[in-house]
Amino acid sequence: MKELMLTNQAIARGAYEAGVKVLSAYPGTPSTEIAENFVKHEGVYAEWAPNEKVALEVAIGAAVAGARAMSCMKHVGLNVAADPLFTAAYTGINAGLVIAVADDPGMHSSQNEQDSRFYARSAHIPMLEPSDANEAKEFVKLAYEISEKFDTPVLLRETTRVAHSHGFVELCERNEVGVRPYEKNAAKYVMMPANAIKRHVIVEQRDKALCEYVCSLACNRAEYTNENEIGIVCSGVVYEYVKEVLPNANVYKIGTVHPVPVPAIREFAGKVKELYVIEELEPFIEDTLKAAGVACKGKELFSLQGEISVPVIKAAFGLSADETLTMEKVPARPPVMCAGCPHRGVFYVLNKLKLSVTGDIGCYTLGAVPPLSAVDTCVCMGASVGMSHGFKKATDGEAKCVAVIGDSTFLHSGVTGLINAVYNQSGITLMILDNSTTGMTGHQQHPATGKNLKGEPAPVVLLDELVRACGVKDLAIVDAYDVKAVEKAVKAATASKEVSVIIAQRPCALLDKSPKPKMNVVNCRNCGVCMRIGCPAISKGENGIVIDPIQCTGCGVCANVCPFGSLVKEGV
Amino acid sequence: MTNILIAGVGGQGTLLASRVLGRYAMISGKDCKLSEIHGMSQRGGSVVTHVRIGDKIYSPVIWEGSADVILAFETLEAARVKHYLKKGGVLLVNSEKILPMPCITGAAEYPVGLQEKIQETCENVCFIKAQAWALEAGSAKATNIVMLGALCKLCGLDKGVMAQAVAECVPEKFRALNLKAFELGFERV
Repeated sequence: MKELMLTNQAIARGAYEAGVKVLSAYPGTPSTEIAENFVKHEGVYAEWAPNEKVALEVAIGAAVAGARAMSCMKHVGLNVAADPLFTAAYTGINAGLVIAVADDPGMHSSQNEQDSRFYARSAHIPMLEPSDANEAKEFVKLAYEISEKFDTPVLLRETTRVAHSHGFVELCERNEVGVRPYEKNAAKYVMMPANAIKRHVIVEQRDKALCEYVCSLACNRAEYTNENEIGIVCSGVVYEYVKEVLPNANVYKIGTVHPVPVPAIREFAGKVKELYVIEELEPFIEDTLKAAGVACKGKELFSLQGEISVPVIKAAFGLSADETLTMEKVPARPPVMCAGCPHRGVFYVLNKLKLSVTGDIGCYTLGAVPPLSAVDTCVCMGASVGMSHGFKKATDGEAKCVAVIGDSTFLHSGVTGLINAVYNQSGITLMILDNSTTGMTGHQQHPATGKNLKGEPAPVVLLDELVRACGVKDLAIVDAYDVKAVEKAVKAATASKEVSVIIAQRPCALLDKSPKPKMNVVNCRNCGVCMRIGCPAISKGENGIVIDPIQCTGCGVCANVCPFGSLVKEGV
Repeated sequence: MTNILIAGVGGQGTLLASRVLGRYAMISGKDCKLSEIHGMSQRGGSVVTHVRIGDKIYSPVIWEGSADVILAFETLEAARVKHYLKKGGVLLVNSEKILPMPCITGAAEYPVGLQEKIQETCENVCFIKAQAWALEAGSAKATNIVMLGALCKLCGLDKGVMAQAVAECVPEKFRALNLKAFELGFERV
């Protein structure tokens, strides 16, 4: 049976067919849908962990205990999980372990463009990279075979264009592999120096064996056309572009980006006119080939930044571009906080009070864009808290700053920063924007929502109790829609020398689908103050502002800032 | 091979439209790939979804100058992506305007006479009031399905197969509403 599937869904299907029993992940675009689809299968266990490090540790535990396991994350999530990753390469597994990691060339939804292939080389873990949905499913199954054959975790890399494309997938039955017996083996699983020194030797031997083995795999293949034509080495979505643009070229398609099947490519190079490597981001394959003495061209023709595309390849090989209509210069349409977003009023206040705001990763990063323009920094998950602490220490406590973090991100890695601030007495102010969900990635549950990945009821981590348990005495809880209360709380908290926390509560406006009241405009003087909150439902008309009734949720934040009482809630 | 580019604003239902076209391809026994970007752009930003239908598809992405059809759910978005259209391609536009944030704040102006400008530069362009017709069918959310109805008529696609694809891709309780929206798009374009 064939089905049109998102590649992430196909990876979940592949894990199901491979007999995977346990999956643990943290949401991150473009990887999120793997866990969301895997959990829909019968007879499997899947969960959202609070962060990627925990997720990978869970998967390692399950694999050592004897069940095939998977962990999924985006590229920057692998940084969080890097600690267990490097040592799991030493311990090896018992049952198969695959880590799916999604890179984001072009940064459609990310803060950097790092290339996770280097993790594979650096941690000595093989890495597969599929080109489309059907191949992704097959590669997952192959990854489990390699994992168990070589006693190693295996990385499965995808990029945004692969992760978020659909293709037809051939469905197969689940292979019920069962649970392998677990045997205590301290020399293998207890990585203290005496044991780890011995395991490192095994890791190097495994690397050598894998280098030879990957040349025999069908996923690494040469597609010959004509010996007078050039040869292209590529992997992932780039293969699809190459087949489109250069139908006459000889192609070496790499399935295992680590280890690169160097001997096979050396043979390929000998049978083609000239060898090119086309790859997104870093010259990973190119450098590997050059280090092995295989002459090739690559990054002198292609950028280290952004995505490869059909026009990019055409231009590199001097082929004429398709004829196009003239491009219009039109105003940009950047992403914005939704109408009714509970973050809006908070950023209005922070901007108004001219505070330095160390921000974090989530929808609320949009607090940096005009007209709110409130956020000063955004680095990584949880960084808001530590950075505010740093601001305070750099200025002997004088910095007028506030750290802003979402509920899911706080549980991911903000809580450790808060413990540090209490312990090292910086007197920071932390605002937890509690919208009861993981918003930006599309509404995933987390430990404070009361539901698990399956949507079943789950125990709740109470944020206020957690904050108090960290040693915070100064805690305020406010309604995020009540702009005046937010302002009062922020003023009080920033005046205090103690570490203070404000939890601004309101569920994400997209979660509540019940009929909403609408704001009505009465005697508007067109002063423009409500335009400063950047609500997409408000626009300027000739006789005052206009509310778009389709977008308006009646949150009332505009009424809160209107100096003349011209915005009135009506209906429902 | 048919390349259909769907452009709109996050939240307008461009993803569902691409799913319906994918189902259309499947029922028709064709190969198909879709490409989309989720995440940050969903939040009211510009979104573009690629649909490619044919005997064998490699790239999931359509490139500049290669789209047979563009479905634009908003006029500004039509202008933004019209250079993807191939010579003689069809541009179908929902004429309702949605102001982007720079226009709301006054940092930029929504271009005046944009519709006329697009009509001057494209050979086969059609503006319809898809959102108004969707409201007539029962919900502004069915704008995407109105667009598919109009596409079906304009490009001579199989109406029965497309209606079946719509029916299979929408939740059962909204099926009648969406089929009505599909019919309105088909009849009025």
